[in-house]
Amino acid sequence: MQCTEPEGLRAAVAKATYSALQEAVICLPPDVKQAIAKTAASETHAVARGEYDNITKNILAAEQLGVPLCQDTGVPVVYITLPPNVPFTDLLFDAVADGIRKATQDIPLRPNVVDPLTRHNSGDNTGIGMPAIHVRPGDRFTVTVLPKGAGAENVSRVVMLLPSQKDKIEEVVLETMLIAEGRPCPPVVLGVGIGGTFDSVTALAKEALLQPIDQMTPFEQQLCDAVNRLGIGPMGLGGSTTALAVKVKTAACHTASLPVAVNVQCWANRHATVEVKW
Amino acid sequence: MVTGTVVQIHTPIGDEILALRAGDRVELSGIVYTARDEAHLRMQKEGIPFDPKGAVIYHCGPVVKDNRIVAAGPTTSSRMNALSGFLFDQGIRALIGKGGMNGTVKEQIRGRGVYFAFTGGCAALAASHMTLKGVHFPDLGMAEAVWVIELNRLPLVVGIDAHGNDIFGAVRENARKIFGADQKTECV
Repeated sequence: MQCTEPEGLRAAVAKATYSALQEAVICLPPDVKQAIAKTAASETHAVARGEYDNITKNILAAEQLGVPLCQDTGVPVVYITLPPNVPFTDLLFDAVADGIRKATQDIPLRPNVVDPLTRHNSGDNTGIGMPAIHVRPGDRFTVTVLPKGAGAENVSRVVMLLPSQKDKIEEVVLETMLIAEGRPCPPVVLGVGIGGTFDSVTALAKEALLQPIDQMTPFEQQLCDAVNRLGIGPMGLGGSTTALAVKVKTAACHTASLPVAVNVQCWANRHATVEVKW
Repeated sequence: MVTGTVVQIHTPIGDEILALRAGDRVELSGIVYTARDEAHLRMQKEGIPFDPKGAVIYHCGPVVKDNRIVAAGPTTSSRMNALSGFLFDQGIRALIGKGGMNGTVKEQIRGRGVYFAFTGGCAALAASHMTLKGVHFPDLGMAEAVWVIELNRLPLVVGIDAHGNDIFGAVRENARKIFGADQKTECV
């Protein structure tokens, strides 16, 4: 059913945003649940096993009770793919904000969004430049949400390496977790951006978190194994798994640059995609 | 599944807390008080709005709806590293949080109490062990207010004990050693 009324479009995008948020904060993607189950089964460290016991019970409790997995329901990071027949206007942004306000009220989400300087809380998870919305052309009209919690976001890093320092990429990744320790709620997923520019490399790192984590390239596996040798373990209490996966995205860059960004994501690697029906 | 003994502790806490050792698993029952950055600053300025003797602070900013705790996992405790000394001076016996705390807090805890770790992200599980009893400083907003919560056997692990044992510290030292720590990564 194609509705040409702008208000129809606004309501449809708001609804898709709401549905995506609801799914994301309550129910983890299958690949993430599978990775956690596999990791939990292989852990031998006693304290770590207790942590996985809680995590496993929590994933079930959230689904059964229909409540958020984590009280930090994050800030809304939103990706829209736009087919050629949908106009790219401010209405899209307003519609996403509508969906977020309703989700904050009804699911509910914790109101996390504040003015950066006054720290005034808007109460509805929107504000200047928030939600962060990324729009790109596509065949299907979809809204993807990635609710990003602060514990893991706060320990994320961007480093401008020199072109001769390709071998230091692994060191940057390891250093990130060495500084982060248990604060980002390991076992983490690491999104690593390589290349692009100072700003775009961080966007790459975040987008890497949307990729399935049940497969890794040899380079990603190498980084993941190196992180796991640190022994930080679940919640920084020690254990054999510190990272469930490392996912890398690259972009071409200046011949004199090698930007590297590591976006740290807690074990609750929440994201969901919903098709906009209008 | 987890095996082994689990120690039952009830608030308000007395000297039984001193017998706990880092790594012990505990189920905590009774009243706890949530507090994050803003609540600590307010309590330093205006005083603690409840009886601190034997009390437990939970580093948590819950989701609350219709006077019910919906989701209430722990927040990152290290943000409160510089804000916690006065709590132990006034009789608080335990903190609950995630990610551990620094050497300063370890010394403040020594001989007096413990730091409990609760699994980060486990907010739905936590809520199923909780009943909301009240709130202090509601003007700070949902995440930063001091919520009074009754726990029913919340599963915790002792992260830092009263004798200077600190699981997080041991894990940190080990990780640095493995990395070939050249100390340029100053942990905050």
